[in-house]
Amino acid sequence: MGNLNTTMIEKYRNSFLHEVEANVEEGEWVKMCMQCGVCSGSCPLGPHWDHPPQELFMMIRAGKREEVLTSSSMWMCTSCYNCIVRCPRELPITHIMHGLAHYAKRLGLVPENQQTEKFAQLFWDNLTNTGRVNELKLGLKLYFMNGFGEGIKMSLKMQDVGLNMLKTGRMSPFELLGGHSIKDKTGFHAMLQKAKELEDAKIAKHGA
Amino acid sequence: MTDTIATNESILVIGGGISGMTAALEAAECGKQVILVEKTPSLGGRVSQLYKYFPKLCHPTCGMEINSRRIKANKNLRVITMAEVDEITGNAGNYNVSITKQPRYINDNCTACGECANAVEAKFDNEHNYNMDKRKGAYLPFNMAYPQRYVLDSGIIGTDDADKAKAACRYDAVDLDMQKETVQLNVGAVIWATGWQPFDAANIQPYGYDRYDNVITSVEFERMMDDFGPTGGKILRPSDNKEAKNIAFIQCAGSRDRNYLKHCSRICCMASLKQTTYVREQYADDGKATIYYIDIRAIDRFEDFYAKVQADTNVSFIKSKVASITEERGTGNPVLHGVNTEGYDRYDNAHDLVVLAVGMQPSVDREKFPVEVITNEHGFIERPEGSTGMFAAGCASDALDVNRAVQNATASALRAIQVVNRFSKTEV
Ligand SMILES: Cc1cc2nc3c(=O)[nH]c(=O)nc-3n(C[C@H](O)[C@H](O)[C@H](O)COP(=O)(O)OP(=O)(O)OC[C@H]3O[C@@H](n4cnc5c(N)ncnc54)[C@H](O)[C@@H]3O)c2cc1C
Repeated sequence: MGNLNTTMIEKYRNSFLHEVEANVEEGEWVKMCMQCGVCSGSCPLGPHWDHPPQELFMMIRAGKREEVLTSSSMWMCTSCYNCIVRCPRELPITHIMHGLAHYAKRLGLVPENQQTEKFAQLFWDNLTNTGRVNELKLGLKLYFMNGFGEGIKMSLKMQDVGLNMLKTGRMSPFELLGGHSIKDKTGFHAMLQKAKELEDAKIAKHGA
Repeated sequence: MTDTIATNESILVIGGGISGMTAALEAAECGKQVILVEKTPSLGGRVSQLYKYFPKLCHPTCGMEINSRRIKANKNLRVITMAEVDEITGNAGNYNVSITKQPRYINDNCTACGECANAVEAKFDNEHNYNMDKRKGAYLPFNMAYPQRYVLDSGIIGTDDADKAKAACRYDAVDLDMQKETVQLNVGAVIWATGWQPFDAANIQPYGYDRYDNVITSVEFERMMDDFGPTGGKILRPSDNKEAKNIAFIQCAGSRDRNYLKHCSRICCMASLKQTTYVREQYADDGKATIYYIDIRAIDRFEDFYAKVQADTNVSFIKSKVASITEERGTGNPVLHGVNTEGYDRYDNAHDLVVLAVGMQPSVDREKFPVEVITNEHGFIERPEGSTGMFAAGCASDALDVNRAVQNATASALRAIQVVNRFSKTEV
């Protein structure tokens, strides 16, 4: 991954905007931002970001590659869609945020201990294992994501919710033993493998 | 009743705002026969609802008076008020036009003495003041109205008020039997001067125009400055009638926004800059204005007006499209939320009053023209390819200030004259 990062730096020397346009989902919209600031003002998590969306867009145009891709900003997006609804130029801002996060992840530039990224990875691993989300395991993994002590605290806090879900049949304790699965797990894994190959080939070509 | 007037050497002007009046007068003063059709009871259009004009800060009534004198003095011009065009058929040089004229219930005998208004009781929303107050069922639309004739609201016809109005009139000017009329015309050219309307601010949900009393529009703000307006010429908060001294102006309220109007309405920056001078005029050093903007578009010669307002230390500029407005409990103060893009600072600013600089959109919906008219994607009238006898003047063609609207109207008068001349000559 570090390698891909170097290749991309080489390829798009001095034009981070072009790099974003070519590699980030919906990245071609970035140049349309007119810096009105309505997205930043509308973001419920706005006060907690390093850089609100419109500032990120300006940084992209200003070529601040390192600062943008290692920023925790786009990982803060909760997909509330306020920004998309209010953007006077209809930029798909939420999607661009996720696109940037995804691209940073590909390049191995995610800030350390990034909580959203950690959970996303847990979710992906959980889902791709059997082809179905195992809610029990996912929940437990999430609680223990930041260490044993935290996990116990969190589990105790959520105890009632968990028990109620068990009672009403919304969650099965047997999921712990492996969990339900799709019929053709082997086929599913082959499919994912193929998709990964295609994606890697695409990136290799872009990077070349 | 059907009435036929005019010939194919005449020019029809639809809409009697500043643009329609100009086009009609320019053509009539060149010796052409002109019919000017206006939907409301008086001429003047939106200009008659403005307090002062940028950039000179003079009063529009002055120019309007000059125009009404020119109209009175011109035998070639016939004005038909309370009338709309239903149908236009034919081609350049020969159009047949059908017009419906609503009854005014007041004839030419009217001296505008106002006794009928004193006599009646029922009240109606006052459209001249954007419904901010009420007017009587017998009324003069505004003091400088041309023609200077009262109107009876159709809502009082058949009620006691109608009889009271009739009894009060000493000049036999009240005619309760007046009926709707159809007028057929034959004209050589048509000028659309139907103007603009303010964008409906209630559509911009995060700004709460429909929820918060102290969020008003720029056109309503103009009315507040009129001594005969809804607040007697004072800038007051609708919620509690307190003096509003700390006022926020929000630019691009509906304009330059693909969710609302895509185009730039062009005049709103200048209108808000002008309106900051109203705040200072009224409250001197206590008056504070803040303009929230994306970028200020003080087009061409207006740059120095902008510079003058910028130099005023009581006027501040915040580069930001406001994200939302909430209402402070207890005070009723609107609070503006957003991010100042110069420095990316968040703000939550309370003001006494918020004025939304609403955009201009065409007053006639593109589907509602009584004949095929070519419009651009924003609904403003465009010139078709090839020859035509129909032209647009003023804000029917684009979002324009008065200066440009009048220039544009003069140009369309010339074009209409050319059409009429061409056809009258070929027929000789
Ligand atoms: C807040 C604000 C402040 C402004 N301040 C200034 C300023 O200070 N200086 C400046 O230069 N400009 C200013 N403007 C712009 C100015 O208002 C316009 O340039 C001007 O009104 C254009 O005149 P018009 O005749 O083209 O249109 P209008 O004034 O809209 O006139 C159109 C006329 O046509 C009539 N009509 C409409 N439809 C029909 C129909 N179907 N049949 C018959 N008649 C019809 C209407 O009743 C109206 O009388 C301001 C605008 C705003 C929004």
